[in-house]
Formats: sequence, C-alpha cells, structure tokens
Amino acid sequence: MNLWVRITGWLAFVLAAGYMLVPLFGMTEFSLKARRGVYSLDAYARVIGDTEFQATFGYSVTLALATIVLGVLIVVPTAFWVRLKMPWARPFVEFLTLLPLVIPAIVLVFGYIRLYNTSSFLPLTGSAAGTNLLLALGYTVLALPYMYRAIDTGLRTIDVPTLTEAAQSLGAGWVTILWRIVLPNVMVAVLSGAFLTFAIVIGEYTLAALLDRPAFGPYLQRIGTNKPYEPFALSVISFAITWACMGLIQLATRLSKHTKAQR
Amino acid sequence: MILWPAPGNPGRPIPGGTSLRTNVPKLLSLWAGLLPFLLFCLLFLILPTFKIVTGAFQAPDGTFTLDNIRMMNSGNIPSAFWVSIKISFVSALLGGVAGFAVSAALAFGAVPKALRGAATTFSGVAANFAGVPLAFAFIATLGPVGLVNVMLRSNNMATLQQMGFSIYGFWGLTMAYVFFQLPLMILMILPALDGLKREWREAAAILGASGAQYWRMIALPILTPALLGTFALLFANAFGAVATAMALTGANLNIVPILLFAQIRGDVLGNPHLGYALAFGMIVVTAVANTLYIWLRVRSERWLK
Amino acid sequence: MSFLTIEHLEKSFGTNRVVQNFNLTIEKGEFVSLLGPSGCGKTTVLRMVAGFETPSTGRIVIGGKDVVNLRPNQRNIGMVFQAYALFPNLTVADNIGFGLKVAGRPRAERTARVAEMLKLIGLPDLGDRFPFQLSGGQQQRVALARALAPSPQVLLLDEPLSALDAKVRVSLRNEIRAIQKKLGITTIFVTHDQEEALSMSDRVVVMHGGRAEQVGTPFEVYNRPATKFVANFVGMLNTLEADVIDPATGRVRIGGTETSLRRALPAGRVTLAARPEMIALGVQPGRDTILEGKITSVDFLGSVIRIRARVDGSELAFDTFNSTDAPPPAPGSDVRLSLLASDLLLLQDP
Repeated sequence: MNLWVRITGWLAFVLAAGYMLVPLFGMTEFSLKARRGVYSLDAYARVIGDTEFQATFGYSVTLALATIVLGVLIVVPTAFWVRLKMPWARPFVEFLTLLPLVIPAIVLVFGYIRLYNTSSFLPLTGSAAGTNLLLALGYTVLALPYMYRAIDTGLRTIDVPTLTEAAQSLGAGWVTILWRIVLPNVMVAVLSGAFLTFAIVIGEYTLAALLDRPAFGPYLQRIGTNKPYEPFALSVISFAITWACMGLIQLATRLSKHTKAQR
Repeated sequence: MILWPAPGNPGRPIPGGTSLRTNVPKLLSLWAGLLPFLLFCLLFLILPTFKIVTGAFQAPDGTFTLDNIRMMNSGNIPSAFWVSIKISFVSALLGGVAGFAVSAALAFGAVPKALRGAATTFSGVAANFAGVPLAFAFIATLGPVGLVNVMLRSNNMATLQQMGFSIYGFWGLTMAYVFFQLPLMILMILPALDGLKREWREAAAILGASGAQYWRMIALPILTPALLGTFALLFANAFGAVATAMALTGANLNIVPILLFAQIRGDVLGNPHLGYALAFGMIVVTAVANTLYIWLRVRSERWLK
Repeated sequence: MSFLTIEHLEKSFGTNRVVQNFNLTIEKGEFVSLLGPSGCGKTTVLRMVAGFETPSTGRIVIGGKDVVNLRPNQRNIGMVFQAYALFPNLTVADNIGFGLKVAGRPRAERTARVAEMLKLIGLPDLGDRFPFQLSGGQQQRVALARALAPSPQVLLLDEPLSALDAKVRVSLRNEIRAIQKKLGITTIFVTHDQEEALSMSDRVVVMHGGRAEQVGTPFEVYNRPATKFVANFVGMLNTLEADVIDPATGRVRIGGTETSLRRALPAGRVTLAARPEMIALGVQPGRDTILEGKITSVDFLGSVIRIRARVDGSELAFDTFNSTDAPPPAPGSDVRLSLLASDLLLLQDP
C-alpha cells in the first residue's frame, strides 16, 4: 500500500476519532466542575440523590423491559413462521419492519394521540395504565427494525424446518417448539436485540414527552433547562448505559461463539 | 415484492395440493400465523400513519378539503421544511463522507487491524447516543462556556461566538447530528466495503488501470446501491430527530420536527388539522427520499439478480 | 536468449521464507506450469511476476527489461484469477474491453477487439450479458478473453480451473491450451493438480518448500523425477525396499527375487519405486523381474480395474484394463507380477 493512501487513512481516522471523542471529553469534564476550582463528583451525587431521577429512571427501565418482552413475543413467532412456512413473504414482512426507520417517531406518536384518544374505539390515552401500554407498544415499533433483523439473522444460522419437524415428530406443540426449541437457539440474537432496545428506550424523549409520561428522557430535558451541571452528569450516565448495552451485546456474541466451539 | 407464491413455480410448492380450491384455506392458515404481527403493525404503524394522511385532507368537521395543504405555504412552515431538509442533507452528506473515509481506512488496512474492532464497537454506541445527552455533550464542548471557548479565552483568543458561530444555530445542530451520522455510516458501509473482492482491484491493476480508474469504473459503481441506501437512511434519521434539536436549540431554530412538536403540545398554529398537514409533509419528504433511493438503486443494480 | 528470466528470486514474510532462490527461464510462446502443494510458494512467484508482491531479492526480466520496480499496471501482463474476478457491474463485452478502455484506445478499435475475443472463446453472442448470468466455465473463458484483449506479453493463470466442476475443467483446459498455442503467448500456469500440469505444459516446475525441485518436460518430470518429493507428488508411486548386492551393475534383491537395474546404485539398502503402469499381472514376455504376492483388494473403476497386492511387506497398486473374458482375480488369491527392472526408479533425497 502506498504511503499517500496510508497517510490519508490515518488522517481520516484521527480526525473522525477527534470529532467523536472531544464532545464526550467536554461533557465529562464539564460534569466534574460543579465545585468551583476543583474537579468533583458533586453533580453526580446530587443527581443520584434526586428522587425524581430515581423515579423516572426506574420508570424507563421498567418500560424498556416491557418493550423487550413485547418485542420478543411479537418478533420471534413471526420471524420463525416466515422462515418455516412462507419464505416468499419475507420481503413483505421485512418491508413492514423497516417502515419505522422511514416514518419519523414524532409522526407516529401524533397518530397515536389522535387515534387512541378518549373518544376512540381503543381509548388507550384515557388512563395512565393505557398510556403506559401505548408507550411500550410505540417503543416496540421503534425497536422493530433492530429486533427483527437480529432475530432473523439468528434464525438463519439454525435449520428451522428440520428442528421443527424433529420436535413435531416427538409430539411437541407450537408453544413448546417456540419456547423450548427456537428461543434457546436464538437467545444470543434475542439478547442483542434486547440490549439495543434498552439503549434506545432508556433515553427516548419524543414519545414519552408527547404522551406525557414521567420517563427519563423528558426528565433529562427538564433538568437541562434549569440546572447548571446535573444535566452533564446525567448525559455521562446515559452514555455509560449505552456503552454497557453495546458491551453486553458483544459479550453475548462472544459467549455464544465459545459454546458453539465446544459442540 | 412477492406477496403471493408465483404460480407454477415448482421450486416452492404449496403444501397440501395445487388446485386453487385447496390453496385458499391453506393460504389463509399461513397468513393466520402472521396475524399477531400484522395486527400489531396495523394498529401501531399503519393506522396511525393513515390517520395523519387522511387528517391532512379533512376540515375540522370531517369533510374533504385541500385547505390544510394550501396553508402549509404560509407563515414559517415553508422555511421550516427548507431548513430541515438542508440540515438533514448536509449532516447526512458530512457524516456520510467522513464515515466512508474512516470505513475505507479500516477496510483496506491503512490503520492497524486492532483499531477496527474498537472502532465498530464505539460506532455502535455513538450511533445510538442521540437525543438530549448528545445536545449536552455539544453544549459542554462548543457552547458559550464550553471546553473550546474556555481554552480559547485562556489563550486570549476570540471565542467561537465572536467568530460568528453559535451552537444553537444551523451549524451547531448539523455538527451534533454528524456525531451520530458518522458512526451510523461506518456501521452500514463497512460490510459493503468488505464485500469488495481483492481480485477486482488486482484484475483492474494488471489490466493497466490506475487506482483512480479502479475506483471510478469498478468500486464506486459496485458500492452505489449501498451508498444510496445508507444516505437515504441517514437523511431520514436526521429529518425525524426531535430531542437533540429541542435540547440544543429550543425554539431558536425553525425546523419541522420542533414546529410539529409545539403544535402537538399546544396547537400553536391555531388549527389542529394544520398539524396533520405538517406531519403528512414529513412523511412525504422521507417517502420522496426513499422512492428516489429505490429508483436510483434499481438503476444502479441492473447487474444484480 | 530467453524471453522471461527469473533470477535468484526470494520472498520472505517476516521470518517465513516462502520463496527461496527461485530460478527459471522461459522461451517466447512457451507454456510453463508451476506445480506443487498449497503453501509451496508457487502463487507467490506468480504474484511477484504480476507485481502484487515485491521480491525480497532477485530479478524478473521480461523481454529484456527488469520489471521488479514496475507497478502491476505498467507491466503489460494478463492474468486470470482462481475465483473468476470478473467485474460484476460490467457486461461481458465491457469486461473484455476494460484493459483497452483504461489504455485509452478508441471505441471502434475496442469494439472490434472485443468481438474478436468473444469469437476466440466461443461465446460470440454473450457480450451483453452480465457475469452473474454466466456459468462458471463461461465466466472463466470471459476472464481469459479479458486478460488477452490488451495483447499482453505474458499470460499468468492462477489456478483458473480449480473452482470448476470436473467435466468443465477438462474441456476448458484443452481450450486454454489451444488458444495459448494459437496466439503463441508466453504463459505461466499455477496449479496443484498434476494432471493439469502434465497435460497442458511444455515444461513443468515442481515446487516444494519455496524451491524449484525440478524443471523439465512433463515426460521428464514423470519418468525421471529428480527427487523423492517429485516422484511422490507427480503421479502415483509404489515403493519397494531392496538390498543392493552389486552396486556397479545394479544387482539387487527384492524380497525373494534377484534382478538387475543395469546401472550403478549406492551400496546398502535402497528404496525403489514403480509406477502402477509398469507392473503387469502374471508373467509377461519381455519382463525380467517376477514378484510373488497376494491380492488385497480389487476396485472396479470402469474401463480400468485397480488391483492392490502385498509383496514382501509393501503394497503395490497397479491397473489392468477391463475385459469381458478375463474377470479380475479375487482378493486373497496368490498372484505373480512382472515388471522390467530398468524401469524401476531410485528414490533419494537431493
């Protein structure tokens, strides 16, 4: 490889790395400046001690878990069924799962608000529980492209028809097949999708704010407008959570490679 | 798109017989397996979008009208669309070009292999690090009391603001968007670059082609579908982003998502159905971007099955 | 004066010396094969000739000009790769015309040359197809046409047949050889398949461990292997342990039989080798050495029958032609085998 290409490559890499790392550094540095003149963790202490932080964060974690369960329940049987019985319908199903990347979230939630208001056939926004459910379902839609792709890729690595026929010949029903055969075999894919979903949901703002739910994203926004240092500490925490989710995806993938090698 | 098994295709026989009479119940039971998924998509993806589209053409009393669409051409709405499209386009372009350069450096070994794993993991994190925290990261860095200004001031240099830059304006928001566009580009385009076979480059070289000729005549045409697809995705990604813009610029910058957000919150436009029209406009823009993409892709993919 | 000369060529990757002191001269129009197992350095030699690898030391002279410091696109060489490597975004015609196009030749000349090349490879009507619409054999023919279109001074073939199925492989190798002869183009062919190397080449270079073990015509390499490795790698071989009784006249004892090779041999115990076709079933006129053994297996392969027999502790394999009135012997039966002692090869390390 000639020198000029190598230099250009390094230059692109270093500049991009700088562009990505400097804001993260700036954010972290700023979050440590709550005490005048010295670096301290005061902002973090104040944030974590804030009961509203605890409440909203807990709410978002619960919602993320609910979204993951909903996503798995909807995507795993669908991807399985398409692979097993109707592979010719895959482009159509894939098209549906990719729509959320094209239709902006704010448009979707606007539709929800108008469609599921108190006077509609399904008055979900009429009660707190209903709105929570609607929010979780909305998040499931946002996570659908990632969840479907992860699980469909996972299913590709196993021989779905043969496994199914083997299980059926032993007398297993559909629920048993899905729960005992398919799910364990695509667990890594499910985990990847789950962590990604978690990362998306935990700091999500638009849906939560417009459905007026006490989630972490809107809290972050509110703090940002009336506190000096806390929002930066919260941002660092958010980044750490995203990083942890990606790390867990890598870990799950690596562990699965390990167990497969032993077989 | 294939929604139905091709008639007379022996490779994919429909189990249970070939006559139409036995096929219909069979097909129904097949689609029944997809029912939960289809119902879910219908209720939370299709119907809400449909509601927006129909609402855009309805007067408050429910009758058909084009007034809402006509009213889009008033006040600050056209400029909001224009600014939104510009930001999305510029951030997708900048992020795309930079991401492509980094991906090329990673894929062709200009930088050590060890950096590749770290770079892709980091991209996975950064591409998902959007919204409010991202805005704060840029405020802490490029804001009035941010890192860069503190350093400039301590060296007695002009601040960014004195140089005419505002983190709360067009370029500030564009820079923040590039933060997630760039790593997203890396995630999407790196596999495509890996798909370029070494033999193609060598075959071109031995036939007398220069590096530039290889890129212009072989590599770029092969990459075009992936590049177009990723660009369309980056564009849509920026166009629909709300939280970063809200936290960074507030009402400072007149862009469509913020306008729509305010309208949903408090009917600032004075006409609820104008909100529908606004949302419908957003769908149209992303739909046009994606149709353009599909059309260009079909043209550039003649050589694929 | 030879057309292509490779002198003292060496290549190391780190401490791994993949090519060592490689020398070769090729005449204009000659077809030379580099034959050897994977990892023997044959592909590395080819890639150094092409310019994709830089030699650690040594010279490569083509047509009187040292090309070591030239880039691949300055060498005027044609190359066909193992995995087709056709440009998927270009039609067959554009693939073939690529070399002329980057060289800036006018369109009319390109069109004429492409048509000529398509005719040469026997696919005159497929110019508008895309590579994915062709079979493997067709793709490789197009790759050949693409390499030949700019009239290169040397043609390099890097295992061009190994990705194809058996039938296509045989027909294509005859076709490649015919085209090569017709154009009289100097060709280096890399393969691990000895049948390909023997059937196509003017000369074969057998490589092992980064060195050329033997350079010779297919007849020489097969019948007079220079080293144990060459004897084993090229063709099938039966080995026999023998005690030398008289080194000067080549008198040896093999099991219970004494015979003479009628050439000088080293004293002591030697390893002799016999090709399957040197051994005949039963006592045949004109053969001076008779061995006694027991049939261990009989494999009916169609036109030939492969028989294995145990003789004095070693197993000998040989073939007889199928014949309706002479059924093959049964496994376990005692047989006598005959051969001509002067055919026996002496195996020794270099």
